[in-house]
This record gives sequence, C-alpha cells and structure tokens, in this order.
Amino acid sequence: MEQESGAASTGTFIPLNEHEQRYYSGLHGLCQADTSGKLSSGKVAELFKASQLPPESLHKVTEVCGAKRLGYFGTPQFYVALKLLAAAQSGLPVRLESVTANLPLPRFVGLKNEPEMRYPAVPPGIDTQGAQCGSAPTSVSWTPADRSTFRHLEANVDKKEPWSPPRSPCNSPPGSPLTYRSYQYSKQRNGVDSQITYESKHSSRPIVQLEQHSSPSNYGTKPTVEQQAMARASSVERLDQQGLVDYTDDDPWRITEEQLEYYTNQFKTLQPDLGALILGAVAKNFFTKSKLPIPELSHIWELSDVDRDGALTFSEFCTAFHLIVARKNGYPLPESLPPTLRPGFMQSEEDIPDTPENAEPLIVFEDTEPRPSQMDRGIIERLQPGLTIITQDMKEESSKQDASVQRAGTQEKQALQLGAFPERPEPPQDLDPQMRTKTRPRSYSSTSIEDAMKKAEEPPTPPPRPQKTHSRASSLDLNKLFQQGAPGVKSGWLLPPPALPPRPSTSQVSHFINVSEVPPQNKVKQPNFADFSHFREEEESSVKPEEQSPRSRFGPGTEDPTNQSKQDAIGSSHGQAPQKPVRRKYHPESQNLETPPPPAVSFPPAAKATQKLLSKQKREIQMAIRKNKETNAVLTRLNSELQQQLKVVHQERVTLESQLEILRPLAST
Amino acid sequence: MAVCIAVIAKENYPLYIRSVPTQNELKFHYTVHTSLDVVEEKISAVGKSLGDQRELYLGLLYPTEDYKVYGYVTNSKVKFVIVVDSSNTSLRDNEIRSMFRKLHNSFTDVMCNPFHNPGDSIQSKAFDGIVSGMMVQTG
Repeated sequence: MEQESGAASTGTFIPLNEHEQRYYSGLHGLCQADTSGKLSSGKVAELFKASQLPPESLHKVTEVCGAKRLGYFGTPQFYVALKLLAAAQSGLPVRLESVTANLPLPRFVGLKNEPEMRYPAVPPGIDTQGAQCGSAPTSVSWTPADRSTFRHLEANVDKKEPWSPPRSPCNSPPGSPLTYRSYQYSKQRNGVDSQITYESKHSSRPIVQLEQHSSPSNYGTKPTVEQQAMARASSVERLDQQGLVDYTDDDPWRITEEQLEYYTNQFKTLQPDLGALILGAVAKNFFTKSKLPIPELSHIWELSDVDRDGALTFSEFCTAFHLIVARKNGYPLPESLPPTLRPGFMQSEEDIPDTPENAEPLIVFEDTEPRPSQMDRGIIERLQPGLTIITQDMKEESSKQDASVQRAGTQEKQALQLGAFPERPEPPQDLDPQMRTKTRPRSYSSTSIEDAMKKAEEPPTPPPRPQKTHSRASSLDLNKLFQQGAPGVKSGWLLPPPALPPRPSTSQVSHFINVSEVPPQNKVKQPNFADFSHFREEEESSVKPEEQSPRSRFGPGTEDPTNQSKQDAIGSSHGQAPQKPVRRKYHPESQNLETPPPPAVSFPPAAKATQKLLSKQKREIQMAIRKNKETNAVLTRLNSELQQQLKVVHQERVTLESQLEILRPLAST
Repeated sequence: MAVCIAVIAKENYPLYIRSVPTQNELKFHYTVHTSLDVVEEKISAVGKSLGDQRELYLGLLYPTEDYKVYGYVTNSKVKFVIVVDSSNTSLRDNEIRSMFRKLHNSFTDVMCNPFHNPGDSIQSKAFDGIVSGMMVQTG
C-alpha cells in the first residue's frame, strides 16, 4: 500500500522496506488520519519539527511530496515526505530522486506518542540522531521552544527570502503586503530580529538549545516589543500585526482563539453587551479605520451581515473583522462566505476540544508552508498577543482575580489568569471554556433589560429630550426597547414625571453604588458599570485610568488610549452609554442581592457620580416636561384649528345639501 | 427572463442598469429613459387618491413591438424597470412581481450596507448575482 501510494503521488516507484513500512504506518497512525485520508496537519507539523531539520528543508519536503500543491497531507504525500525527511537527515538533497535511495528511517525528536521511534531499525550513520532519541524525554520539554524557534526562524527566513513559492490565490498581492508587513514588522521586531538572526546562523540543534535558554527572555522581550508596536497602530492595524491567520483555503478563514479574543475585545469597545448588535454606522466608522477601500469594505459587509439587518451581531462582527484582517494581509476576498467563517460555525468552534486548538498554530505553520510568509508572521503574531495577554494578566492578577470570577463578561480574563503561565498551549485551552461560557452574558443582559423595563413602565411620553444626552444613533436593540417599553429603560434613570418607582430604583441603584464602594474587590465588574455612569457625567477623568487597568487586560496596554478615546467618543457622542448603566445597574442589583460581595468601584467618584446623576436626571426631566408642554400646546392649537375647519366644511356641506334639495324638484321635472 | 434591468434613483438618474450584452445596449437605455415618463405619470396619478399606500408594482408600462416594459416604484421613489422580450409571452404577471420583489429585497440589502452611500451607483456583488439570475441566459 505504501508503495502504491508513493507511486500515486510522485509517479515514481518508491521502494519501502519492511522497517520503513512499519515505521511509516506507525507514524501515519500517529498523525491521526481522518476519514478522507488527510492527515492531521498539526500532527504532521509536530512530526516535521521533531525531525529537527532546518525549515527550508521542511518546506522543500512539503513542496516535493506534493502536499503543498494539494494543501494537505494525504497518505502518499506523507510517505513521500517521510522518505524525504530521511533523505534530508542523511544529508541527501531533497529531491524526488532521493526517495529511491536506500535511506535510514527519519528521526524524530520529542514526539509525544512515539511509535517505533526508539526501535532500532536503525541503519548506520545516525549516531547523533540516536543520541537525540536517547534524549527524547528531555526534548519533549523543548518542543514548545522548538515550535517557537521554528516559527521565528520561519518568519525571519520568509522575510528575508521570500522564496515562498507563488501561492495560487495571490501572486501579485504578496508583493505589497509583504512590504507593508515587513515595514511594520521591522519596527516591531528589531529587538527580536537580533535574536532570530543570531539563531539562524547556527544549525537547528544548537538553535534549539539556545532557544531553550533564551526562551524566557524571548517571552519577555517580545511582549514589550509588541506593546510598543501596539502603541503606534490603530486597533485594526494592530490586529494585522497581531495575527492573523493562516491562509489556506479553509484554514485562513478560521478564526483562532486569540483572534476571537481580540475580536471580542474590539466588539466590547463598540458594544459592551456581547449579545447586542453593532449598528451599521458604528461598524462603518470602525472598519473604515482599517483603511481598506470602501468597495471592499462594502463587500465584506455583504459577506458578513448574514441576517441582513444592517447591524452586526457578535459572530457577524468577528467574521467581518476576520475578513478585513485577511484582506489586509493580502488575501483576496472570497465571493461567498467560507464555511469556517459562518456565524454558526463560530459558535460550534468554541466547543472544539482543546487539542485541535493547541495544534492550530502548528497547522497553520505546516499546511501553509507553501504559502508561508504571511502565515508564519500570522503565527508569530498570534503568539504575541497570547504572550502579551499572559504577561499583562500576571501583572494584574492580584488585583483582578476576585472580580473576574464574578463577572460573566470577564470570564475570558479569568481564564487568562488561570492560564497565566508562560506556556503558550495553555491559553488556547483556557479560552475554550471561556468561549463556551460567553453565551451566558447574553442572557444576563437580556434579563437585566427586562428588569429595567418592568421597573419603569408608567411613563407614557417617550422623552425625546433624553436622546440628546445619549445621542448615539439609534441602535436597533435600543429601538426595540423604546418600542416595547419605550420610556421604560430611559425612565429607569430619567424618572419621568408620574412614575414613582423609578425614583426608588435609582436611589436603590445609588444606594448599591455606595454600598458597593465598601468592598474593594470585584473591580472588574465595576469598570463597565462605572464607565457609563462616568460617561454620563462626562466629567470624571479620574475614572479612566481605572478603566484602563481592566481594559489592558485584554489587549496590550497601549491599546487603552485608543480604547479610551473610543469610549470617550462613545460616551460623549452616543447615547447608548447611559442605557447600558441602567441595565448593568439593575443587573448588579440582582447580583448584589445574590452574591454578598457586591462589586466595587472607585468610591468617591461613584458617590459624586450618583449625586450628579440625580441632579442631571432632574434637569432632564424638567426639560422633558417643558417640551411635552410645548408639544401639548402646539397640538391643542392644531386641534382647535382643525375643529374650525371642520365646522366650516360642515356648514358648506349643509348649504350644498340645501341647494341640492332646492334643485332636485327642478331636475326631476 | 428579463432583457434589461435598471434601477433609477429618485432624481431620475440611473443607479444601476444592466442589459443582455449581445444587443445594442443603448437602445435599452433609451427605452428605460422613456419609460420613466410613464412611471412618473403613474405615480402622480395614484398620488391624487387619498390612499396613503400606493401600489408599488406598476405593471406593464408600455409595450413596444419588441419589448414590454414593466415598472415598480418604492416608497422612496426609487424606480425599478424591467424590459422583457415580447416574444417571451409565457411570463405571467406574478412572475414579474416576484422578480420585482427580489430586486427590491436585494436593493434593500444594498442600502443596509453602511458602506454604501445612497445615491451611489450600486456595486454590490450580491445584487449583481440576483440580477444575473433574472437576465436572459444567452449562449
């Protein structure tokens, strides 16, 4: 079978002796072929890396064996690849002709589930490799470092030698995106480049050793470099550097955990409620920052707004963001939405078990060997945010841990804190449970909205005035709220004239706020809570530094200024912010009742905030009253005028009828 | 199957016009342009009645010897015009209506796109797809 498969792929007859057959079939089983015969590219990637060949060789192997052409490793490609690996390890050139030679078995170091690896079947000349096998146990610990090494090497190699063979999708774009990216990266990676170049000078094995020692320092330097890079870019551009993706036919369109997290953060800056929608106008402003041409953005919108409602749900937003990122990295926009980007897929993807997620970066690396450059950068970039997040989490762990436990929305942070060990495989795993639990915040927000509506239903008049204060373009969900409960939500904190209940509710809220000030914990929940109350004030600049800290947990620290500016803009220009605190306030109310430690916020600002809140509410109510009176007057005037007209018309009608009656006898005759 | 489909803005300039390419396209443009007069007339006539809901589908605007022209107006005075080959007599009114409905839905989707400014020509690929589906399949 192996021989036939070898023949199928290369057209040449590849002799495999018994040992090789056994070994290869073992490795084949190790790589977890799925039903279609394709091998798990993650496992293949691991295997290739474990072969400890320089990355150029690995690329060549992939290319020669035909997997690059196909985009995956089928059985024949796999066997050919193994043969080529053996050839490369023996020092033969990686060519199809090499596979016909009588080669030793390829050696793989650090495979987690080694099949017959340790078994002798060892032709001579593999002493060093045998030594590696002996040290396989220790090398297992190297594999994380190996991966990083290889990735960095890849990035460096591909940057310097864009030998990456023409990828079928984009031949021309690689030119410009490469330059674009290299420009960006040159700034980012100056610190890291030196290390990379240093490493690339040596053979793979010493590099691995170096990497192992220097890996802690790498982790340290990379985040800082990354943070500096973040400071410069806008949020969307930052995302490009951070990491996008793998760009094979399906994998490039698959959103990784880190990307998903980043998208979530971005979504939250626009719309803190994950279950709510982002308006078209808001999304337009946001995506326009990506500096893509408008027709492309228009096309992206068409692709991602699946329910065609003019607004983006969270999954639609992720899709759109992902497409933008892909486009910025030079990939042409698909004509139709790739299946992996469909919102339904996104939801199911969150439940994917951990190991595939772990293997995800490897998949990217391997499958896209044919199209390595952007992907490798993507891998590195994806690593970086993970690292930055980890480091920042470690910084803020102490202050935020309790808060994060309670807050539904911050379960991601919690998981990050849990995974705040310098192990890259950890965060993806931990992100999975967070993703699964992400759906919960939606239910919370909806129930809080209902509570808010129930609590204040009396006010009949939809106060147009309040809209001035929260002047954000009408968001769909708010519109629904207005229609349903109308003034319900707003009156919740606006205190429309006839409604008494809202008053106590707001006072309750303020009471809770004061109460919540006491425990200095659970700051995480508060920031959003406090955000909007402070936004309503639009005066508390002191709050913003506090908001920074929870915000920074998500992304690089320098993301905060832009986030803050966005929040400021949102707070000042959009009216939705004030609604959000209503919901959240009611929500913490219920939560406070349930969970003893109430959320805390900056105490003095919160106290002042509530007082100012009340006075502002009063002012607004008075304004609303005035406006209502005016409209009343106008309407009564109109009414009286219409009544007059009605009378006139009546009289005319009467006269006409009387004339008719007079004329009728004449007409009949 | 339509021979030419056009979307005309409120100010009577074309937002989108596409015809079967084999023939003299200018003729279709002219036909659409003249049909606008008929559309205007129909709109103004209906507007005199007190009903606030005007029928969107205008029906057959006018037949030429070669073609039939159907019209449809939205509430925002955007006009859709479909030119159909007269020899294709099997097209019933309902089918034309459904074509207009599809056009209208697709147009709404285009409008919902925040990156589309009202008044710009329509460059949506989805819209193009819908229109292609409706056009005569030549060749």
